[in-house]
Amino acid sequence: MRIAAAGLALLSLLPATALAAGDAAEPKKVDWTFNGPFGTFDHAAARRGLVVYLDVCAMCHALRYVAYRNLTEIGLTEDQAKAVAAGHDVTDGPDETGAMFKRPGGLADRFVPPFPNDNAARFANGGALPPDLSLMYKARAHGADYIYSLLTGFQDPPADVQMAAGMTYNPYFPGHQTAMPAPLLDGLVAYEDGTEATVDQMARDVTQFLAWAAEPNLPTRHRIGLSVMIYLILLAGLLYAVKRRVWAHLH
Amino acid sequence: MSGGHESNDDLHHELKLRGVLGWIEYRLPIFNWINNAVGTNYPTPKNLNYFWNFGALAGVALVIQILTGIVLASHYVPTVDGAFASVERIMRDVNYGWLFRYVHANGASLFFAIVYVHLFRNLYYGSYKYPRELLWWLGLIILLLMIITAFMGYVLPWGQMSYWGATVITNLFGAIPIIGDELVLWLWGGYSVGEALLRGFYSLHYLLAFVIAALAVVHIWALHVHRSNNPLGIDIKGPQDVLPFHPYFTVKDLFGGSIYLIILAALVFYMPNALGEADNYIPANPLQTPAHIVPEWYLLPFYAILRAIPDKLGGVIALAAALLVLFAVPWLDTSKVRSARFRPIYKQLFWVLVADVFVLGWIGASPAEGIYITIGQLASAYYFLHFLVLLPVVGKLESPRPLPDSIATAVLEANRARAGGRR
Repeated sequence: MRIAAAGLALLSLLPATALAAGDAAEPKKVDWTFNGPFGTFDHAAARRGLVVYLDVCAMCHALRYVAYRNLTEIGLTEDQAKAVAAGHDVTDGPDETGAMFKRPGGLADRFVPPFPNDNAARFANGGALPPDLSLMYKARAHGADYIYSLLTGFQDPPADVQMAAGMTYNPYFPGHQTAMPAPLLDGLVAYEDGTEATVDQMARDVTQFLAWAAEPNLPTRHRIGLSVMIYLILLAGLLYAVKRRVWAHLH
Repeated sequence: MSGGHESNDDLHHELKLRGVLGWIEYRLPIFNWINNAVGTNYPTPKNLNYFWNFGALAGVALVIQILTGIVLASHYVPTVDGAFASVERIMRDVNYGWLFRYVHANGASLFFAIVYVHLFRNLYYGSYKYPRELLWWLGLIILLLMIITAFMGYVLPWGQMSYWGATVITNLFGAIPIIGDELVLWLWGGYSVGEALLRGFYSLHYLLAFVIAALAVVHIWALHVHRSNNPLGIDIKGPQDVLPFHPYFTVKDLFGGSIYLIILAALVFYMPNALGEADNYIPANPLQTPAHIVPEWYLLPFYAILRAIPDKLGGVIALAAALLVLFAVPWLDTSKVRSARFRPIYKQLFWVLVADVFVLGWIGASPAEGIYITIGQLASAYYFLHFLVLLPVVGKLESPRPLPDSIATAVLEANRARAGGRR
């Protein structure tokens, strides 16, 4: 079945498709702030990651399930979030004359995708479709580690690897050949907080941002989870005591 | 309350209700009905161990699925273009939508875990034997409906695994001779897996949950006729063998239920996606087949049996037979002794079967290539060998250990032995 599936993938004429599955390198392990039962997002890193996303990733990748209003969750002020939204034009309408019109984005809008549709995205990217990044953290095995490893894993192909036209070598990508060229270069973005924008730093920051984008409720989930667990463990203890008491005279 | 407050004194008494409750009871005797079902007037073998919690737990799991499902259904959009996005809206914009969805998804997994323990407890203690064959059948029908319901539910988010899982499974029906092709078209409601199928699955997923609930009531009804089996597998001989369900087993079930909730909460709050496939967070794409198409963990053993036969029709028959053979177990098992405690050889075979099912699960998750194929075929063959050959033969050849006279004497002896051990 797997061979058949790989065959179908080959036939699908999608350059971004895995050419051979299951051979991707094991991602690098990173101790993310959101790992573990008490984990939460590093808001400063996520905000830097937003800059990386907007300046670099957003050229090709959409983030269609995240709204501009959500940005206040990682510490942007409402005005800052409005400013991010206003930097993108949204098609709205029809107006009273029946025509569609462009207006600046607002807090209620979702992130404006870089291309109007998949065909336009493919046309601009040599036939490859850059995937939406809203859920990337959950849509790949190893989640954050995979995103970070992929972004820092671009390298020259080994001598024995025959590269297809327009492809870049990356051992962490299934099939080792991706249609995405290495997106990050040292100093590519300017961080306002003075953090040096190395490739490694930008990869970590944008991974924080994408993890938040995919699972914005993670901090709430961990916080409620702690109360629920304490409550349930106490309840279980009490119920066990009651059970012992009720059964006591029978033993 | 002296030591002489023996449980059996409480049994077979009517609730004497006055006031409003009495007024209701006179017109609708619901309180006595409850009392006879799960109250002080339902005699239960006093030696039940914690494995007997799993029936009640399955009921709780079903209720959780229905309640969370009703909330999810009121925000979900059953269209090819809208389904995936509506699930994301539930996760992001609906108040506590993420909580309802994670409880529903992980609750389904735990529901299967509970039902599988319940089923294997049944196999170990021979609960399916006379006179509980229909009770066993009702349970198996519930399991069948659970499998169908869970599969349909997994299709609803319309991710990659949803779409391709639906494609693989519905295509299986095409293997049926003569009517196969027409049947597949009927299931799809068109010429491919698409909107008609999605809407149909949504409707049936919702409906079947309540069919399962209704069958669970019938299952409990049948249970109450001959009452619970017990770890000794011998019949209740008299009042000294039993305890009233309430408070003894209500409190025991409540304690077991709290442990279940701890496990569910740990999954929901700390690893909500651990049991799912990452691919299902990619929207369905009919042009791109995932590298691995795998079902949820609870269907992996069946998936392994399906793939063990190289022929499509043969695989489908094996899959159906793997489930249907369970219906014949009360007659395939030729031993009159119920509990494996008194069956030295069957006891070993039981654990081999458990190991075999785990091997099948592992094979179901592995790619169908190389050594995995051979292991899968051997494990599938053993599954059928257990039920069709070993079960009937062992029942005839095995000499069971002597059964205790009654539950009460066995319990007393066990207590005496334990007290002696302490001294």
